[in-house]
Amino acid sequence: MKLYTKEKAIRHGLISALILTVIPTISQARDQIQIVGSSTVYPFSTLVAERFGGSGKFKTPVVESTGTGGGMKLFCQGVGASHPDVSNASRAIKSSELENCRKNGVKDIIEVSFGNDGIAFANAIDARPVNFTRKQLWAAMAEHGPKPAKWSDIDKSLPDTKISILVPPPTSGTRDAWNAKVMKGGCPAELKKKDKKACAIMREDGPVVEAGENDALIVQKLEANHDSFGIFGFSYLENNSDKIQAATIEGVEISLESIQSYEYPIARPLFFYVKKAHIGVIPGLNEYLQAFVEEKAIGDDGYLIDAGLVPLDDGQRISLRKNTKDLAVLNKQ
Amino acid sequence: MHNLDSTIQQKRDRRRMFADLRFRAYGIFGLLIAGSALLFLLVNIFSTGYDAFRQTVITMEFNIDADVLDVSAMPSTEELQEANTLKVAKNSFYALFPEVKKRKNKRSLYKLISLGAELDLRDHIRLQPESIGSTVTLTVPMSSDVDQYFKAGLNGEEIKSRLNEKQKAWLQTLVDNGQVTTRFNTDFFTHADSRYPELAGIGGAMVGTMYTLLICLLIAFPLGVAAAIYLEEFSRDTFLTRIIEANINNLAAVPSVIFGLLGLAVILNVFGLPRSTPLAGGIVLALMTLPTIIIACRSAIKTVPPSIREAGMAMGASPIQVIFHHVMPAAMSGTLTGTIIGLAQALGETAPLLMIGMVAFIANVPSMPNDPATALPVQIYLWAESAERGFVEKTAAAIMVIIVFLIAMNLLAVILRNRTRISNK
Repeated sequence: MKLYTKEKAIRHGLISALILTVIPTISQARDQIQIVGSSTVYPFSTLVAERFGGSGKFKTPVVESTGTGGGMKLFCQGVGASHPDVSNASRAIKSSELENCRKNGVKDIIEVSFGNDGIAFANAIDARPVNFTRKQLWAAMAEHGPKPAKWSDIDKSLPDTKISILVPPPTSGTRDAWNAKVMKGGCPAELKKKDKKACAIMREDGPVVEAGENDALIVQKLEANHDSFGIFGFSYLENNSDKIQAATIEGVEISLESIQSYEYPIARPLFFYVKKAHIGVIPGLNEYLQAFVEEKAIGDDGYLIDAGLVPLDDGQRISLRKNTKDLAVLNKQ
Repeated sequence: MHNLDSTIQQKRDRRRMFADLRFRAYGIFGLLIAGSALLFLLVNIFSTGYDAFRQTVITMEFNIDADVLDVSAMPSTEELQEANTLKVAKNSFYALFPEVKKRKNKRSLYKLISLGAELDLRDHIRLQPESIGSTVTLTVPMSSDVDQYFKAGLNGEEIKSRLNEKQKAWLQTLVDNGQVTTRFNTDFFTHADSRYPELAGIGGAMVGTMYTLLICLLIAFPLGVAAAIYLEEFSRDTFLTRIIEANINNLAAVPSVIFGLLGLAVILNVFGLPRSTPLAGGIVLALMTLPTIIIACRSAIKTVPPSIREAGMAMGASPIQVIFHHVMPAAMSGTLTGTIIGLAQALGETAPLLMIGMVAFIANVPSMPNDPATALPVQIYLWAESAERGFVEKTAAAIMVIIVFLIAMNLLAVILRNRTRISNK
């Protein structure tokens, strides 16, 4: 005769309890927002997410940094709890992505362009003001370029001084934007065709120096050496306009307006996209959307501005807030 | 003639002795290099990481005013969630420096305090709603810049701080008042990830790792042992079983990221398990650990002498009884060792987790295996990527935690091996 011993009973109980707890929870609906996408938007998105979750009303959204393209691919895979709700992007959605989205049933998408990214190329305030083109800047900085020693080697109109540029480290968003707009924008067509990534590689023979995250230190170095240039986010330039001046790029001066209108070439809008079908289904999604566009976040003194975002102008913010409140969807083809 | 022979013999002997010595020297040299690399790594990590275990805090009075909080006298939970604790924290902190009036200066003054202040305050009010309308003394974290600067000061180091001269002067006033101290950083073990280094903790990743490994164990161990028993004890040596064997051995060497891709394609897309969860992660890691367990279990079964099986059979036991009563207990020690080594390997994986979305910013500590979570190595990777200076020490501290985990698991393997070892003689 087999005895059903206490030990066995406990063992069986434990196993069935485990199975019982695991199985039903799988099918449960999601109560936490899922965000994927651009690594440039990631720092802003996580800041909003953390403050949003801090109140305890909703769980903090999960933010994955997959890159804009990777994020769009996940985002467009379908509607439902197993697909992400929000996709961050450092560029507008492409028509091919939109098509893919629609094909998979993701029809109503809310586009939120929450701010801009603008980068200044600056030297000390009492140094000579200069104008550069993106091609010239690329030639001065690229590993696969002519590697000139002096600016005048690139173009006779440029100053006859040694090239000395302090660049932010590769981990910074400023460097990303610089790479995207200047190193790739100023890259000769042949090289771009051959190897797009090679365009963004900076020379390591002296004139281009990595200077760390500390902008204040870079400013000190620019003041000490009038031939040196540094790369700054727009908000930093504004706060230190008594010490540094920005070069004009292709004749355009950097300013809030020129960034907001994209006349200034080293500027780009930042976006995130929301699935309308998920609003009301995933708890807190609408609230997250509204929290992102609040004045507290993206206003002139907002905490995202402290983190380096260039704000939209007042009118744009008002219309953005209205559109997000109405949950207006994208109707681009 | 005889003489000559002996000198040749002597020479040969000496050469052999030298060869022997040389070989030992190579061994010692190799050990020295490995040892010093390990020592360098440990010293480096411990000297950077130990600072993460203390936290700079300020003890100050908060005047919890219902009007400032913008709640009624007897607020509901809903109301409390929206209470403006930031304003209370700001007002209370500004009250310490009545001479600071300009808006710009106030902004720069409040940068000394962490977001943690308003969160702690919210928790306090939620637990003790009766404190609304009174003044309470709380100890709350200061900002990461202050934390770094103050701790460097305690260590007698000079660091380049992002704090400006004014902020340093304000901080000095607070230090002179005895309000600023350091305490053991319990937040580091209870919090999940945060964008603010002073609030970021390893707790979420630890729970995530534990769930992931638990799921991995629950799936891989029974399946692995069953497969090993079948292959060793029941299957006949056919072409098919040889192919299976060869594939299991190959599978053990497949790069882990491939299991991640498999997980994405099958576990998430076909079975629809939730993304970023230890449940999905555990299944992927189980697939990865399975070959290791099968191989370890099979070789453990092989070491059990046939005499034991034959004795069991002779006594009238069925094959199943022989296996579970006699063979497996004898093979258990090897199987468990293999399992724990497989799990320890799974503990250090990030690549397969990347594919199923566990490499993400997750600020809640998971309560169930199907809540989004990260794992320890992922957290290390994420912090190492972060630009904020405060994450440097957190990264090192997280590495210390994972090393402790690994040591504990290996220790467990040793203990289990010794406990379950059955002499076959």
